[in-house]
Amino acid sequence: MRTTRKRTLALTAGVAGMALVASACGGGDGTETGEGGESEGGESTEEITLTVATFNEFGYEELVEEYMELHPNITVEHKKAATANEARDNLNTRLAAGSGLADIEAIEVDWLTELMQFSDKFVDLSDPEVEGRWLDWKVDAATTADGMLMGYGTDIGPEAICYRSDLFAAAGLPTDRAEVATLLEGDWENYFTVGEQFVASSDSAWFDSAGATYQAMVNQLENAYEEDDGTVIGLEGSEVEDLYYTVLEASVDRELSAHLAQWSDDWFAAFQSGNFATMACPGWMLGIIEGNAAGVTGWDIADVFPGGGGNWGGSYLTVPTQSEHPEEAKALAAWLTAPEQQIKAFNSKGTFPSQVAALESEDLLSATNEFFNNAPTGEILANRAEAVTATPFKGANYFAIHTTVADGLTRVDVDQTDDPASSWEKTLQAFQELGLQ
Amino acid sequence: MSVTVPVGTEPGVPDRTRRVPAHDAPPEDPRQRRRNLLGRLDVKVSPYLYISPFFLVFAVVGLFPLIYTAYVSVHDWHLIGGQGEFVGVQNYLDVVQQPRFMTALRNTFSIFLLSSVPQVIAAIVIAAVLDANLRAKTFWRMGVLLPYVVAPVAVALIFSRLFADQAGMINSLLGTVGIGPIRWHADPLSSHVAIATMVNFRWTGYNALIFLAAMQAIPRDLYEASVIDGASRVRQFFSVTVPLLRPTVIFVVITSTIGGLQIFDEPRMFDQLGQGGADRQWMTVTMFLYELGWGAQKSFGRAAAVAWILFLIIVVIGLINFAITRRIASTAQPGSESRRRSRAAARSAARNIEKGGLR
Repeated sequence: MRTTRKRTLALTAGVAGMALVASACGGGDGTETGEGGESEGGESTEEITLTVATFNEFGYEELVEEYMELHPNITVEHKKAATANEARDNLNTRLAAGSGLADIEAIEVDWLTELMQFSDKFVDLSDPEVEGRWLDWKVDAATTADGMLMGYGTDIGPEAICYRSDLFAAAGLPTDRAEVATLLEGDWENYFTVGEQFVASSDSAWFDSAGATYQAMVNQLENAYEEDDGTVIGLEGSEVEDLYYTVLEASVDRELSAHLAQWSDDWFAAFQSGNFATMACPGWMLGIIEGNAAGVTGWDIADVFPGGGGNWGGSYLTVPTQSEHPEEAKALAAWLTAPEQQIKAFNSKGTFPSQVAALESEDLLSATNEFFNNAPTGEILANRAEAVTATPFKGANYFAIHTTVADGLTRVDVDQTDDPASSWEKTLQAFQELGLQ
Repeated sequence: MSVTVPVGTEPGVPDRTRRVPAHDAPPEDPRQRRRNLLGRLDVKVSPYLYISPFFLVFAVVGLFPLIYTAYVSVHDWHLIGGQGEFVGVQNYLDVVQQPRFMTALRNTFSIFLLSSVPQVIAAIVIAAVLDANLRAKTFWRMGVLLPYVVAPVAVALIFSRLFADQAGMINSLLGTVGIGPIRWHADPLSSHVAIATMVNFRWTGYNALIFLAAMQAIPRDLYEASVIDGASRVRQFFSVTVPLLRPTVIFVVITSTIGGLQIFDEPRMFDQLGQGGADRQWMTVTMFLYELGWGAQKSFGRAAAVAWILFLIIVVIGLINFAITRRIASTAQPGSESRRRSRAAARSAARNIEKGGLR
């Protein structure tokens, strides 16, 4: 795929690329249209191919085209993995093998920290030109102890509640998004209680999956699995155990769950059959709902989230040191994560920008989404982003521990092969096998 | 599954009929002697040279990884971090003590039996049908091979959709005849059946073609003779075809054992997470290996230990296969090489039957 040319040429291209970033970022306040001619004059015309690996929906399809038009000598190949787990496996494998990674690898915040132990495998992306571009907590999460910046923030996942207004109407609940927001305002118990009302007069379930609901709840804890210094807390008797039983009680005993595993074939198919009425809905989920529920009318989004605000996911773009064109890759990553581009991605797939300038931008705040009954998604998600209070600590073992709990939920909610207590025993066993304590 | 080239006896065995008449030659001049030496070397060494490419390639891609894996398995070895301290057999102990190891073994053997047994039987039957005088022979033969051409991951993607618990086609078809939805992704045995179905879909046709080739090597006069003796088609199949296929059956069983115990693609693609289910209902030994090495623990040492355990299991099963084969061979007729002997037996039997028929 990639072509190796003379080093000197690559270096010149790199320097030119940097100059381009500098000028592009300087124009962050809306003057970016001016520097087109300048960059073309200074940059190398060497033909190179850059690969960008993302997962789910980043909304980069049109941006990649646009970048290739701006830079005729650069061909950008965009590879999309279906799930974040798949992308993570691929990244780990190829990182270990020492070859085969894309020039730009998207990584999720949940497994960012486990990769930060191996920050020497990634290019330091810190650059005075991008300072202050993102929300502070977004940058802090990707900065190592010695000040290296691992990745450029793309999106964040402020969560709202997405709901099916047609199913709400059939069950006698309000359908207007402001009324729904009032109805669901409060803690998780309130959300579950309204769910019981709904389930009593509907064939559909209240939410899609115990795992997804737990995910939303655990993202409101400051220290779910690890202390701030990275010490593993342990699962027995923890806050996590309480959440585990709460979610399963709601899912199984109170019959609120559609018993679907998120990202499974059944889950995707359920968007068409209307098996559930609500779901925790970070910005990037909007594109996924729209894509899978094509032809279904009635989806809407309410400016509310149980238990206060919550953030689920959000990603970064990194440049592995394996890349043959690290400077060009860095330039492309910087361009893709600039506020203007991120707003376009938001308009395309709903990935909510993590850039300060983008959050204040009129383009974003006035954005509406036709599929979600013309909801002002920009404004709603900006409100949801403001409501986020907890900044969960996710250490090196977050992903591993989280998987053991998620498996436990799946055994009870989806597979129904265990009751909550026996499944919890298995989770504890799997946790012990990780050998973290 | 993978097909291994049978390291058979035939190509490697030096031809004993061609001996160098060294003692017959009278003493000659040095040149003659040198030529003689070269000639002798040619005869003695060149066969090994001719077969050496296979062994050289094997040493690089087979033997070296095998030994290196053993080296890794006695060390603390992190996926990305690399080599750590020497820990002896600790990795092996850690692995064997994890309950998931037993789960993985159970799943592997269950999927292996559910796939290999029906597969061999179905393949023989299909081969027998293809061996009959059909119109458009090549079309049918290519037809059974077609699933083999499809990439296993593609097969798994399609089948995992068919076998989806709530929205799958198989469950809705079963629903129309009143069979309740089967929980393909929850119940261990059901998930094994579903995965075995993928394996069978892909490999039955391939094995059928191997059997077909063996069937066509069976002398036709045997069938003629049995017809004269009044045997029905079914009787022919069981009394002539199946016994003469025995060496091929053994070959297919061994290759499918090796492949079946290493099964990975199909179960890994069976759900969205690829870890073999929340309770590891369909996690096979190779998936367990992958989880240890690339999953949460990221321990290459333990993964390598599992690789070696799996290797030893396959060796043991291979030996059992070999023993059974020898048993079958020795109960059939004393002799050295089963295939050639059974051919010879077939031929003489044919002659006898023919004679009997003529008498």
